[in-house]
Amino acid sequence: MDFTFSEDQLLFQQSLRDFLVKEVTPARIRQGWESDSGRDERLWRQLSELGVVGMTVPEQYGGLGMAELDFILLAQECGYVALPEPLVQTVLVAVPMLRDLGGELAATWLPRVAAGEARVAVGLQQNLLVEDAHCADLLLLERGGAIYAPRPAQTELRHNPSVDPSRQLYAVELTEALEPVATDEAAALLAAGALDRGALGCAAQALGLAQRMVDMSVDYTCQRQQFGQAIGAFQAVKHHMADVAVRLEYARAPVHRAAYGVARGEARASEHISHAKLVACEAANLAAKNSIQVHGAMGYTWEVDLHIFMKKAWALANSWGGEGFHKSRVAQYVFGDDARIGAGATFG
Amino acid sequence: MDLSYTSAQQAFRRDIRDWLVANVPAQALASFDTAVGFRQHRAWEATLNAGRWGMVTWPEQLGGRGCDLIEWLIFEEEYYRAGAPARVNQNGIFLLGPTLMEFGTPQQKARFLPKMATGEEVWSQGWSEPNAGSDMAAIRSSATRHGDKYVINGQKTWSTRAVWADWCFGMFRTDPESQRHRGLTFILVPLDSPGITVRPIPQLNGLPGFAEIFFDNVEVAVENRLGEEGAGWPVAMATAGFERGLMLRSPARFQETARRLVQLYKANRESADRDPALSDAVLRAYLDAESYCLATYQTASRLSQGGKIGAESSTNKIFWSELDQAMHATAMSILGARAELLPHAPDAVGVGAWLDGWLFAQSGPIYAGTNEIQRNIIAERMLGMPR
Repeated sequence: MDFTFSEDQLLFQQSLRDFLVKEVTPARIRQGWESDSGRDERLWRQLSELGVVGMTVPEQYGGLGMAELDFILLAQECGYVALPEPLVQTVLVAVPMLRDLGGELAATWLPRVAAGEARVAVGLQQNLLVEDAHCADLLLLERGGAIYAPRPAQTELRHNPSVDPSRQLYAVELTEALEPVATDEAAALLAAGALDRGALGCAAQALGLAQRMVDMSVDYTCQRQQFGQAIGAFQAVKHHMADVAVRLEYARAPVHRAAYGVARGEARASEHISHAKLVACEAANLAAKNSIQVHGAMGYTWEVDLHIFMKKAWALANSWGGEGFHKSRVAQYVFGDDARIGAGATFG
Repeated sequence: MDLSYTSAQQAFRRDIRDWLVANVPAQALASFDTAVGFRQHRAWEATLNAGRWGMVTWPEQLGGRGCDLIEWLIFEEEYYRAGAPARVNQNGIFLLGPTLMEFGTPQQKARFLPKMATGEEVWSQGWSEPNAGSDMAAIRSSATRHGDKYVINGQKTWSTRAVWADWCFGMFRTDPESQRHRGLTFILVPLDSPGITVRPIPQLNGLPGFAEIFFDNVEVAVENRLGEEGAGWPVAMATAGFERGLMLRSPARFQETARRLVQLYKANRESADRDPALSDAVLRAYLDAESYCLATYQTASRLSQGGKIGAESSTNKIFWSELDQAMHATAMSILGARAELLPHAPDAVGVGAWLDGWLFAQSGPIYAGTNEIQRNIIAERMLGMPR
């Protein structure tokens, strides 16, 4: 029993954090909002040079051949800076889906993804829209219980602006009849795996987002003076932040356990992912609620950076399965006849 | 990361499980806040100790097993799973014991720890005073040095287990000129000393779970001082740290409550589902109890690799105390009109121990440092907000 990360995993986290905090500033995110695609090819190339984009790509295809658990702390860092690029979806969802599809599809696309030369977007029936379909070179779409893999020329996109200007959401229609790349049980398994990993990615990012909002709010309340003192000295303000710290403190371990379970294909991994997403998104939503409160009217403005993080948190809470979906998955286990719960049942 | 138990850990779990099956009394003991129950619980501590299960994290030469924190968590899981008796000497074994090991002299360890382990000496705590509750640095009870003795005067209150306990540990002002945290000394006092009056205070359940202690020229030998004179504050903070930290309220207790809550909900599903909020509340109880367990294992793993526990231990106390309240509130709602009935009421069918737990849950956010104090600590020491 060892619930800690390895030195290598922590070092990788640290180096990505250093890179992201320097490169992905709120100012750069705002610049992205003004651009046509909202995406930054230079940044994507840099991430791929760091090896992050191809982290989960098998070594034979030019990646690092690592597992979900190796990436989970990195996904938290993506949340911490509200990274607009679809790194988490690529590493946790698109690449494992291609890997599991295997064959020519994997052999053609995985090396290009690892090299930062191609992007792959995934759209499930559970998702209303497809994230980053506009800059994808390949799409993996779940339609009518089958998986299709169209190229952009075979699709028509309809942009749907989100409350989070960093998110790029598209309705995708197939413009020609295609042969599915997976059907029946294989397709269902691929879609279920993608949904799980997408939800896990949301959970990890939510942890980072919550931490960032706490950090911003602590900074702000230490500087902002009223009644002749920093407002952070008032207990009402402190307790708002302490409440977030408590929820966040107990949301991390479930996310890490879920990543561990996915990487090892554990039987209860889906339920554990739902647990992780519920508690992590709850922490992020509470962080947003209490952070805007302690920022006062400043938090309600477009100019102050807080909304970059709040809006991402709100969006993630309901994508890749909302609260209802994930609660019902946990409920199915907990209220089922075979549930093994209670003291001593947590680890199998 | 490896979230599986080693074969040694599995064997340890089997050992304690087997021992508990053979030794846990079939008939539940009376409350340890009754004279009869106190005796029964004291005897149980001796039984535990005879099996070397009394305090597994203690070193072997003190009757323990030198267990690490993961084994401690396993022990607790089996202990709560078996429904074994509550620990009457928790003030001693979980709070003072670790403090003694850190600050005590070899003589003090030899004098106090073995009898603590057997339950021969049960401990109560003497920290709060009528005017020093959350503001513990406002302590006024005095200990005046006369040769090789301290003479203690003053009053302590909310002293848990003091009605039948043998000893009390607490802080006293040894320097009358001192202010606040300075000039306080940590002293161990036998409760049968002349000049001590213990006045029981009935709790919400009517039983005297705590008491006031009056000190009227009580003489205590200087060797009963823990740490240096005037340096009691850091000793007490260490004790408070153990209290909020991993020892006193391990996850197993709350996981078992969550499990019983799921059972209660399933047994009453037809009526419970008339309030759609209830199934959600039960689910949350399960999730939060699991989160608490996972986070505790993560902390324990970090600590066993040399990490330190800091102000984040204050999050722990808030989390479990609010979880415990929420779980019992949910149970009361599920029980409906039966919820208010005492367990021996003739029509109290299937009410279990929920009412008792509900009453006790009210104390969680208050004892061991109120949750407001914990929130201040989190904000100031964990997040760095201004004092």
